[in-house]
Amino acid sequence: MRVRLMQIAHARSGDKGDTANVGVIARKQEYYPVLVKYLTVGRVAEHFRGITLGEVERFELPNLWAVNFLLHQSLGGGGTRSLKNDAQGKTLSSAMLRMEIDIEESISL
Amino acid sequence: MKEKIRIASGQGFWGDLLTAPYDQVTKGPIDYLVMDYLAEVTMSIMQKQKRRDPRLGYARDFIPLMEQILPIVVEKGITVITNGGGVNPEACRDALFEVARKAGIRDLCIGVVLGDDILEDLSELNSRGILLDNMETGEKLETVAGRLVSANAYFGAWPIVEALDRGARIVITGRTTDTGLTLAPMIHEFGWKADEWDKMAAGTVAGHVLECGGQASGGNFSAAWASVPDLARIGFPIAEAFPNADVVITKHEGTGGLVSLQTVKEQLLYEIGDPRRYITPDCIADFTTIQLEEAGVNRVKLFGIKGYPATDSYKVSMSYSDGYTSVGTLTYAWPDALEKARAADRILRERLFALGLSFEELRTEFVGYDSCHGPLSTPVAEINEVVLRVGVRGQDFQSVERFGMELAPLILTGPPAVTGFAGGRPKPSEVISYWPALMPKGAVRARVVLARGGEESR
Repeated sequence: MRVRLMQIAHARSGDKGDTANVGVIARKQEYYPVLVKYLTVGRVAEHFRGITLGEVERFELPNLWAVNFLLHQSLGGGGTRSLKNDAQGKTLSSAMLRMEIDIEESISL
Repeated sequence: MKEKIRIASGQGFWGDLLTAPYDQVTKGPIDYLVMDYLAEVTMSIMQKQKRRDPRLGYARDFIPLMEQILPIVVEKGITVITNGGGVNPEACRDALFEVARKAGIRDLCIGVVLGDDILEDLSELNSRGILLDNMETGEKLETVAGRLVSANAYFGAWPIVEALDRGARIVITGRTTDTGLTLAPMIHEFGWKADEWDKMAAGTVAGHVLECGGQASGGNFSAAWASVPDLARIGFPIAEAFPNADVVITKHEGTGGLVSLQTVKEQLLYEIGDPRRYITPDCIADFTTIQLEEAGVNRVKLFGIKGYPATDSYKVSMSYSDGYTSVGTLTYAWPDALEKARAADRILRERLFALGLSFEELRTEFVGYDSCHGPLSTPVAEINEVVLRVGVRGQDFQSVERFGMELAPLILTGPPAVTGFAGGRPKPSEVISYWPALMPKGAVRARVVLARGGEESR
């Protein structure tokens, strides 16, 4: 079953220097294990290829049904150095939610 | 001891909704109004303003805003806490006393927190072995010597607590953590001790929820933005804090916006790194222990939060001058809007090359097509219009300025159906880069100064 991340999750992103964080939150508790299983560091790094030039770090928050990602070197230098329209990574949350994943489980959307 | 206190967020950044503080003090009961003004590079802007005029260097918005609410705040007994003092909290205080004088308010007690500004002390600190190397890159401070614009230690809640304990009704600080603004009144009211780490963490988490204003109460809400009622009259978040460190996030009745599990979760995840180690000067909060519960309409309870001992360092936020940028735009209309914008970009780059100009970075984005999501953007069959956005960064002012003269000529010497140059030539703006470091807490001391009706007491 192919789902777009936006169907099962919501998200918020922000900046610290040249690093963006993207917090992805399951819309229902039953979707959280899907996020944990499919949102791997490798898959997220692949998704952000060409945007994220550095490492990807991943942290689980089961209490909030959420997974937090740090995307290093993603903001064109960050702060006032960046030439990007989105110098603070505000829209990287929705960029994350574009991801399509093939999941084995059947879940009710 | 009060059985609960209400702490209201009034501003989430310098430039936030100016009507929010008035709404917070008039549309329902609150005990504290907290206003966060400082982002990473804000101190450098203020430092430059202070250099031009020694009476400046603070968030100037704060003064007309207080002009509007000061009589209400005094009448209702609301305490105001802000880090809008920037690099000149005393000038901010003096301007506020002037407001009070005009409003006929005597005996106003204002506390300022000083001592975070260490720009003048760097060589002395260095001689004591406090090197302030870049904590992210490991670079030595010498690499930016002579280019530093600001250097401030991040204080936490405790200097504000001292000001409140000594009777301040308004507290103005320099570089204080946004979470400390909210934690401080809880410590002051409930008599919490510094090593009650779970309580420090609970107040810190509440501060994190409040620190971006409306972003916790329905603004920038990705789960279901269109369903948020009446954003035009959004109510900023309020934290109801209890002596046992339970916190309820809510907003005034009758205001717009939304406080729900989802809006609070989104704000909890904003700008965090390792959730098990959210480090402030006051404690380390473990965000994986936060329990959330719906506690009524527009009410979310936070409880069960674990905290750990604070580190022995202050974070130091420094900034240095790092060259110039210039960004310009042109708008191309149908037909072949994207193709024409791309052609214009190629022509522009050829001309810059022919002029012998070189830059650290030259970046082109197509707004309306790929400026936000880059390579994730999907192809568009026939775009109605697109904005060509080109920016450069370099150390040489003349080169960056010269770049700005090459955009307008494209209107008459490039592809057709182009407009959007009403703003004139883009001008170079100075790049202020960020230099984060750590220093031992013992090497710097916060000073709290109280003044009543204009008279200081230390």
